[in-house]
Amino acid sequence: MAEDKIKNRREFIRSGMRLSLALSLGGIAGMALSNVDGDGYVWQIDPFECTQCGRCATDCVLTPSAVKCVHAYDLCGYCDLCGGYFKSGYNELSTAGENQLCPTAAIERKFIEEPYFEYHIIEDLCIGCAKCVKGCSAFGNGSLHLQIMHHLCVNCNECAIARVCPSQAIKRVKASDAYKVKGNFTKDA
Amino acid sequence: MNLIKKLIYLITALHLLLAVPAMAQQRFPKPEFESGYEQPDTITPEPRSLALEYFDVAVLLAVLALASWLALKKRSREGILWLSIFTLLYFGFYRNGCICSVGSIQNVVLSFSDVNYAISAAALLFFLLPLIFALFFGRVFCAGACPLGVIQDLVIVHPIQLPFWLRKVLGLIPYIYLALAVLYAATGTDFIICRYDPFVGIYRMDAPYTMVVLGVAFLLMGMFVGRPYCRFFCPYGVLLKWMSKFSRWHLTITPSHCIQCKLCTTSCPFDAIDYPSEEKAIVGSRAGARKFLLYAVLLPLWVGAGVFVGAKSHAYLSRANQDVYLAELMIAHPEVKDDPDNLDVQTFLSKGRTLEQLVEDARIVRKKFYTGSMIAGGFIGLVIGMTLLNQVIFRRRTDYQPNPGDCYSCGRCMDYCPVDKNTAQLKTAVPVMKKE
Repeated sequence: MAEDKIKNRREFIRSGMRLSLALSLGGIAGMALSNVDGDGYVWQIDPFECTQCGRCATDCVLTPSAVKCVHAYDLCGYCDLCGGYFKSGYNELSTAGENQLCPTAAIERKFIEEPYFEYHIIEDLCIGCAKCVKGCSAFGNGSLHLQIMHHLCVNCNECAIARVCPSQAIKRVKASDAYKVKGNFTKDA
Repeated sequence: MNLIKKLIYLITALHLLLAVPAMAQQRFPKPEFESGYEQPDTITPEPRSLALEYFDVAVLLAVLALASWLALKKRSREGILWLSIFTLLYFGFYRNGCICSVGSIQNVVLSFSDVNYAISAAALLFFLLPLIFALFFGRVFCAGACPLGVIQDLVIVHPIQLPFWLRKVLGLIPYIYLALAVLYAATGTDFIICRYDPFVGIYRMDAPYTMVVLGVAFLLMGMFVGRPYCRFFCPYGVLLKWMSKFSRWHLTITPSHCIQCKLCTTSCPFDAIDYPSEEKAIVGSRAGARKFLLYAVLLPLWVGAGVFVGAKSHAYLSRANQDVYLAELMIAHPEVKDDPDNLDVQTFLSKGRTLEQLVEDARIVRKKFYTGSMIAGGFIGLVIGMTLLNQVIFRRRTDYQPNPGDCYSCGRCMDYCPVDKNTAQLKTAVPVMKKE
């Protein structure tokens, strides 16, 4: 009898605890529900915030980085002398020129008509170092810019680059609108 | 009403005025091609579809249900083994160890502290489902659905038993880890669970050197100490333990009744089997009562000490926050402003945020850390006090039982039990006699 009593008491405490744990789980779920979004989220770079610091190339959990340079053709001036593209032997390369050169030769260009050239990024070679972005923004229209490519990105819970980005340019965006490609030259559009 | 309309007109007009000169800023206008050149599109590959995220939730649910059935009903260690291999392949190598329930703690916490943080429904479900299952069936999630757990479970070669005191001391680390993870997530500073996940690099087959070393070290240690990360680090394990302790049903070692053969005692690599209580211990229970009183009195002191340590260390802990770090650096070393190699400082200076704004932001963060660290410290103190108190509480046990809090429901012990399910007799006796 005494054994049974102890067992009953134990079972009573256990079910009481179980109920309160279930209730607290429900409470957590209810509180979180107000912030739940049915849409998925991914990380993306705001090209207008980016300062081309070069950490995208070094801090992504993937090697090479899931950040690549994209080209907004709408913006491009199709210049012969491109701030992002240094053809070897085009000019005398000073030390500064070498530092601005794409380190993996991931930019190629195609002659269109006098004097215009189309520039194209070879994604497999691009490491996301932003050297060309820096050149294009400083001397050109800023049509070259960095974006996180979502067929490569593993969508970490917290983006390793976002953590070290000095300008907080990497933000979570809705997966249905996953890119911030510069459309035209205004910041708002 | 009229005023609002006017305002809208004014804003629209302003926008138009601003937009025109902005367009004109383009240094080199786009040429008008004569050769009929067609401009290519910028390539933007779509992210993984949302339907697949929900498919992951469905897979988790199926794996949890199957693991519960295999552990409690089918009693098949082999089944759980195959299930854990599936998890290793799916949640591990296919999903790259991400999304996982362990890290989802941080998403849930951040969604509480930051109203602007939207948590995805999949992340919330990944957080809740294993806990709900633990409340009903024990830690079946650890057995077959956790990518971090299964990789360790599969490398166990020769598990050694750890001394009791060592297990208890190391067992405090998960509580500290949980407290820190919640603190850092709630202040929006960092997701440390994800950052120091030792196995994600192995699943991704691509990681920085330190991460690989950490992962391999854990696996090597795991050959001799069963599931070292699960037992002595996993913060989600703390929550699972709370649930599992009061679970409705739980895996049992024996299918019918225990015959005290002790065969199962060496089967558990995680030292999670409780032995029957010794009658001798009851006799000496007066010393136990005295100890109990002492520890009960000490409990508030532990909490107080924890709060004190938390309050003292909040400044140090807050330095992980980027704003706090930068503000401190720029106040302590104003000369960094002239250092062209310091990217953080140079970017800050170029962005037009003033030092006063930064310091104000940092102060708000530090304030959060002050409260947060005290709560975290108090929690850790409470856990230490309760762990001590639990050591002197006497529980009567007649059989060898899995400890509901620590047991991962891996099912190894079930294979060792010689009692037959249907006859309640020794299993091996029957076939041996038939052979003769």
